[in-house]
Amino acid sequence: MSSLGFGTATRDASTPGAGNTHLKVEQASYAYRATDASAPTFTLGPVTFEAQAHEIVAILGPNASGKSTLLTLLAGLNKPLSGRVEINGAEVSQLDLRVRAQRIALVGQESELLFPLRVWEYVLQGRYPYGRRLRFESDQDCLYAANALAQVGADRLRDRWMDQLSGGEKQRVILARALAQQPSLLLLDEPTQHLDIGGKVELLRRLRRLADGNRYTVLVVTHELDLASEFCDRIVLLHKGKCLRVGTAAEVYDRALLEEVFEAPLEIEMRPNGRPRVILQGS
Amino acid sequence: MRPLTPRRVVLISAALGAVLFIAVVISLRMGAYPISVPEIVMTLVDRFLGRSSQIPPDFWNVVYEIRLPRIALGILVGASLSTAGAGFQALLRNPLADPYVLGVSSGAALGAIISLALAPETPGMIQLAAFAGAGATIAVVYFLGRRGGHVDTATLLLAGIVAVSFLSAVIMFLMTMLPGRELRGMAFWLMGDLASPPPISSRWLYLLLVIGVGSIYTTSSDLNLILTGEQEARHLGVNVNRVKVVVYVAASLLTGLAVSVSGAIGYVGLLVPHLMRMMFGSDYRLLVPTSALGGAVLIVLADLLARTVVAPTELPVGAMTALVGAPVFIYLMRRRVR
Repeated sequence: MSSLGFGTATRDASTPGAGNTHLKVEQASYAYRATDASAPTFTLGPVTFEAQAHEIVAILGPNASGKSTLLTLLAGLNKPLSGRVEINGAEVSQLDLRVRAQRIALVGQESELLFPLRVWEYVLQGRYPYGRRLRFESDQDCLYAANALAQVGADRLRDRWMDQLSGGEKQRVILARALAQQPSLLLLDEPTQHLDIGGKVELLRRLRRLADGNRYTVLVVTHELDLASEFCDRIVLLHKGKCLRVGTAAEVYDRALLEEVFEAPLEIEMRPNGRPRVILQGS
Repeated sequence: MRPLTPRRVVLISAALGAVLFIAVVISLRMGAYPISVPEIVMTLVDRFLGRSSQIPPDFWNVVYEIRLPRIALGILVGASLSTAGAGFQALLRNPLADPYVLGVSSGAALGAIISLALAPETPGMIQLAAFAGAGATIAVVYFLGRRGGHVDTATLLLAGIVAVSFLSAVIMFLMTMLPGRELRGMAFWLMGDLASPPPISSRWLYLLLVIGVGSIYTTSSDLNLILTGEQEARHLGVNVNRVKVVVYVAASLLTGLAVSVSGAIGYVGLLVPHLMRMMFGSDYRLLVPTSALGGAVLIVLADLLARTVVAPTELPVGAMTALVGAPVFIYLMRRRVR
């Protein structure tokens, strides 16, 4: 019977950490069109940056700046119009769907569940890319899922129903499912959106620990300028579909630039640890 | 630790298989010609062992010529419709999806009637036409039910209602216009009726059933993920488009198959998957086989009631399922709206 449920991790030879450059984005651009012939309704790019293992990269920008579009390119959901997005040397949009899911995990905005699901079953979904199409979870899958839940500190939630979790708990469980995929690249789409300030800090600390301890490359789309400065190694600043600047927070956080991008008066204060802080001006 | 094992799927399916066997025996027993349970079991065992000579001809006739074919047809129809319902619910991400409610059964019925009018003698043509009618209808309903790129629950159900009334009108029109007594006799058939055996070898029909249910079963891991969100399923490596095509074709095939032999029996595809979810959870790897077996049990029992409640007169089995199904549908809908 167990032959049906085989779930051995058939991982590609290029496991994370084999090379140091995990993610390489080279002049990647994209355009949305209503039809093939019509003029693009939104254009992104070209965007160029790299991210190594252990690094957290923040993609910053106001609404409609192209953050989500860039994320679809990184996740391989859309093929760049020009340029390349590579993970460990392989072009992301050309990877087999399952191989891609073994390397890249995306923590998206939560979606509504049609039928109730327990946390444990939800996290085990992260094991889907490993094994056959019709599969039953193996003991090994359960081990990975349990580890993933432990990594996000959610062991005690395992028998709860997904729709009975608080926003912060749900966020952790969704992250656990992504970790169960054993990816080398972790993409998070506005993960702090529904969290209170304590939850936000806790999540970013957790991401920092995961990146440091597990050789993940973490990429976070966010609106949180201060959190990005505090926890991220690299910032990609987007505005109206253009990549304005890539670098550390100290390099990117320029008062005039940020004021123009976010259309709000603000001040930048350099803290002793070399990470800038953004202070909003009331009037 | 493991949420579902193949062993559990086999055990629960076997248990439901036993329930189905009991339902079949009860159904064989009930009727104008009295037969005792031991006699039925003996007869079935004799037949199974190939000792047909020991069976008295009266028994043989009642069991194998009259009651069993009808029961076998009920199993076919019940399994088809409830598996199709479970498939449509995942495909459309809509817990209220059902071949009848969405108008797919009506589309299949229209296809079947057209084929009866044009090529009544061609074997398998009615099944093919019903399949085509089912597939075309669900495609139209799906596109009518979309709003802003999403399939909206309420809009989809409205599209289904519109499809049912429109297709019923076309069927009425055809039945009035076309000559021939058989067509007029179809009013009963349209309510869902197991009394008239199909003119095609049932071996083919069962083969189609196995293909349809089997195809949906092969996608059951994918469907579990699609139910938590299509986009998320894509991120997890599911080839969503492939799965959708497989389920779309297989569920249309199953609906066409059921309607081509029994007319439009309603609510089975809604009732059974929901009942099975309540009992065994919403995992499709378990839901597909349990729905198929549960659907078979439901139709066998519903048909038993339909032919015994007001005996010697018979009700269409579709009336029995609608009597139970419509209130359950309302209940499920209100619970979701809440």
